[in-house]
Amino acid sequence: MSEKGTVVAEKASEMDLVYCRPESLLDVRMHYCPGCGHTTTHKILMEVIDQLNIQEETIGVAPVGCAVLAYEYLNVDMHQAAHGRATAVATGIKAVQPDKYVFTYQGDGDLAAIGTAETIHSANRGENFLIIFINNGIYGMTGGQMAPTTPIGEKTATSPYGRDKKTAGAPIDITNLLAQLPGTFYATRQAVHSANAVRKTKKALIKAFEYQKLDKGLCIVEVVSNCPSGWKLTPYESNEWMKEHMMTIYPLGDIKTPSKEDLLS
Amino acid sequence: MAKVKGEVKIAIETCKGCELCIHECPQETLVMSDELNQRGYHYAVVAIDNCTGCTNCALVCPDACITVYREQRGKKKLVAQLSNITENVTITIDGR
Amino acid sequence: MSEVLFMKGNEALAEAAIRAGLDAYFGYPITPQSEILEYLTAQIPKRGGVVLQAESEVAAINMIYGAAGAGSRVMTTTSSPGFSLMQEGISYIASAQLPCLLANVVRGGPGLGTIQPSQGDYFQATKGGGHGDYYMIVLAPSTVQEMADFVYLGFDLADKYRTPVMILADGALGQGMEKVTFPDYDPAARKIAKPWATTGKTPDRERNVITSLYLQPEKMEELNLVLQKKYNTIRQNEILWEEYLTDDAEVLFTAFGLAARIVRKTIQLAREKGIKAGLFRPKTVWPFPYKCLNELAHQVDLIQDIELNAGQMVEDVRLGVEGATPVFFHGRMGGMIPTPEEVLEKMEANLATVRGRNGRPKEDVR
Repeated sequence: MSEKGTVVAEKASEMDLVYCRPESLLDVRMHYCPGCGHTTTHKILMEVIDQLNIQEETIGVAPVGCAVLAYEYLNVDMHQAAHGRATAVATGIKAVQPDKYVFTYQGDGDLAAIGTAETIHSANRGENFLIIFINNGIYGMTGGQMAPTTPIGEKTATSPYGRDKKTAGAPIDITNLLAQLPGTFYATRQAVHSANAVRKTKKALIKAFEYQKLDKGLCIVEVVSNCPSGWKLTPYESNEWMKEHMMTIYPLGDIKTPSKEDLLS
Repeated sequence: MAKVKGEVKIAIETCKGCELCIHECPQETLVMSDELNQRGYHYAVVAIDNCTGCTNCALVCPDACITVYREQRGKKKLVAQLSNITENVTITIDGR
Repeated sequence: MSEVLFMKGNEALAEAAIRAGLDAYFGYPITPQSEILEYLTAQIPKRGGVVLQAESEVAAINMIYGAAGAGSRVMTTTSSPGFSLMQEGISYIASAQLPCLLANVVRGGPGLGTIQPSQGDYFQATKGGGHGDYYMIVLAPSTVQEMADFVYLGFDLADKYRTPVMILADGALGQGMEKVTFPDYDPAARKIAKPWATTGKTPDRERNVITSLYLQPEKMEELNLVLQKKYNTIRQNEILWEEYLTDDAEVLFTAFGLAARIVRKTIQLAREKGIKAGLFRPKTVWPFPYKCLNELAHQVDLIQDIELNAGQMVEDVRLGVEGATPVFFHGRMGGMIPTPEEVLEKMEANLATVRGRNGRPKEDVR
């Protein structure tokens, strides 16, 4: 019997349970570093799937990057894609399973570097699935190299003197780019560093899954996230650094929301 | 008005000691343990019995280690449905 | 009796795919096979299914990866440079053990090459192509009729073994028009259960995961052993070849696909001159019919291999022959096609070398 089962059974006689581990998050230890935003996002993604009761109808696509093992934790049917190709794989799945909820879960290297063509064209076709985009401005899995979203001046394993705009360009705001395309139905940028941010991200995810029912186009929920190990900071410090250096170039909030006409038509 | 009484239960072996819950708790209920868990992490523990059951700590906890309970006035209600244990169990309690 | 139609090889392949129960096609235009995408974008909206023009071959093969994983009968087609782009995805598909049908309507290379027919992708097709230890079943059609027939066979083999199957054609087979008939085939009757597919986790089963990632070497080797066992079963059960006038043959031609058609004419010319020539044509170039070729090798004075490349299948021919008889190669490259007379001339010269000396046959010459 799992730990959460025990806990609930013994406490329920005195108090109401108001928060527990989501049922669709498998009861295994996640490999992510302490305080990593991936872990929190996995958790709330499954909370949302449980809340909407769509576990049986959901198919997820895992990327290459830190979240490559997402399928070890998310108790839904999962497909692990090649680096950058998650949206192409999702296109294939959605094409033959149009009634299912399909999401991709991708990092900044996967989505905004090697997979840019697939990302842009999925949006341009108005593919009716959800991209969950974790933007922490670094390649975590391979040991902290520069990502296309790394802030200017930020030192990484491959920008040891700081990201130079002249050679590496400016950080790419891919969600904003996608929002320009008519095929993108909903684009929002959220975070998971605080309880309030988590609440907002959950709301955004719920919206995005509900929009998928309307068959109106691509939804992208960007999560500006941290990388304590890559940034060489404690989890708390990394969140503070993220507020100062990431959220200034990637401000939180909705980027593209459907109009009332969009929702009704 | 009296504060709502809450309680947290922390799965200490799952905790990775990131301390985000401690920074997020408005009541300063939680502290880090002196002891280590089996993985070698200090883990979050309740220091003061002043929890209001706001769920902030649990929301930011990446590893879903924190279960939150809250005292509530009300009628008999469904609080949890467990399907991950061997048999499906539904628990109902009387509100005080 | 089925209707006899007059079609391009590319169209015949596309039509056969629809009749074989194609659920989804993803592809990107490239000469000399764009007619397949054109045919399907015209037909599928009327006849049911999914057809999508992808933004690249890389995207197309990964759409195939997703749709095959979700349990559908899927196909993509391309030509040489596009097939190179697909290699990473094919490796994933082979590792994840997903059924799908691929076709490479080969053009001359290397590089951007030419749009004329070639057989220069034999190595890529039969020796794995992408990274890691895997094979595809590779069917090599020689006629427009086989361009159609191998589609049905390919889909069924893919499902049977949960493996990618490819049709290795060439520009001439894709573009050339011949008569073709389509067999009676009921896709519904051939449909097999795919309990491993990502169709949504129902309460009666564990979640399905399509992956090719095994971080523990023990697990990765385990997967490799499963694949190798499967490949050995395929080697035992699925070898196909054709023999033409081999019973009394003293000279054996080996050729696949388009080259085999040229050789048939050469054999006619040779027999008119009194040279008993025959043809050995592998229909599956992977698995290659080594054993059957070896048996034939012992009865002939020489083997003359003809290909539209610099000598690729000839390596498998030599592996099969195991030195039993001299093996000679003649090929043309870059979209050039040898004439039957040219082939005859090469063979006769080699035959003279072998027969003209009473001692040891001359070492094989390329």
